[in-house]
Amino acid sequence: MDWTKLFELVVSSALINNFVFTMFLGLCIFFGVSKKMETAVGMSITFTMVMVVSAALSWVVYQFIMKPLDLTFLKIIVFIGIVAAFVQSADTIMKKVSPSLYYKLGVYLALITTNCIIIAVPLKNAGEHYNFFESMAFALGSGIGFGLALIIMASIREKLEVADVPAPFRGLPISFIIAGLIALAFTGFSGLITL
Amino acid sequence: MSLKPKSNRELIKNGMFGENTIFRMAISLCPSIAVTNGMKNGLALGIAVVFVQTMVNATVSLMRNFIHPKIRIPIFMLIIAGYVTIIDLLMATYARPIYKEIGLYIQIIVAFASIFARAEVFANKNKVWPSICDGLGMGIGFLLAMLVISFFRELLGKGELFGYSLIAGNPLLIMILPAGGFLAVGLLMGFFNWIDMRFFGGKGASGV
Repeated sequence: MDWTKLFELVVSSALINNFVFTMFLGLCIFFGVSKKMETAVGMSITFTMVMVVSAALSWVVYQFIMKPLDLTFLKIIVFIGIVAAFVQSADTIMKKVSPSLYYKLGVYLALITTNCIIIAVPLKNAGEHYNFFESMAFALGSGIGFGLALIIMASIREKLEVADVPAPFRGLPISFIIAGLIALAFTGFSGLITL
Repeated sequence: MSLKPKSNRELIKNGMFGENTIFRMAISLCPSIAVTNGMKNGLALGIAVVFVQTMVNATVSLMRNFIHPKIRIPIFMLIIAGYVTIIDLLMATYARPIYKEIGLYIQIIVAFASIFARAEVFANKNKVWPSICDGLGMGIGFLLAMLVISFFRELLGKGELFGYSLIAGNPLLIMILPAGGFLAVGLLMGFFNWIDMRFFGGKGASGV
């Protein structure tokens, strides 16, 4: 196992190819839950956990079931099924095992099923032919990157509540412009690591 | 959706303007930035969405009496995923160069909130023909939004439209960078809000 490669994958997927700012995935949730710091943190944690586990499950299914049976063209259907099934079962298990955690994070779980990043990670893993550990590193890095983006955005938007924004730009439009500026800052990371 | 049934023409118009996916409802935003750095890509994804939305609405509407309400979500997901796979494979075969650029986003259509929402809110409760019109309207509304955004981004960022060079000189490179996508959508959204407030007395899009 090549630790440097894995580390590079984590860093590059978190910073350089940040899903939100350079690949524009998961924007609905990004704009939806970045209003308050607390929800942003909760979402990031839930998100990263779901992402890593569902990426692992999808990898196993893809490598050991779909590839031998020559069913790779069904990957969209299968991956969305895996994610939906996993999120649903995580929801149920969490409710039984740890109601306090469920109370905190349960809301986000429901939102996650239809998130683009969660489904994009397994698709990308399959497309790039990553091995198991590389897939995990990629999923972890993507989760961290998304969390980072959410937390930065939430901290700015909390301040924005008191700012005097022209009426037509209130709410989403100004958030988009801010996201654009952050994205510009993230462009600075490009070329940090070349894989 | 209002309680009184709308004519099919009204349904299409509603999808295109009144409840425009991107500018009014502010859902399915990801592709609005991801593939709008050129009009060709925007058009391709828009067409894919029109196809998927219409077919999903038609299928869900046809099957609405057979789907048990408790398991409707996974079933909708499977229907959507089925059509996305069809368009994915079609594009991979017949539009190879575009597919190489936006293939991932075609596959991501499966997770579009807008498609799922229309299946749940509209097609699940209405007859086939209105559902198809609603799907068409929503899809075309999305397509139009993609064209508007990519029009500005390609024109300002590259000085080109559909790959044909129009403006000489140094373009605003930022517009085709990721950052420019956010800026373009933000400014356009604000502009449409302004029009709505100024001329129609609306309250602007639902700020999330």
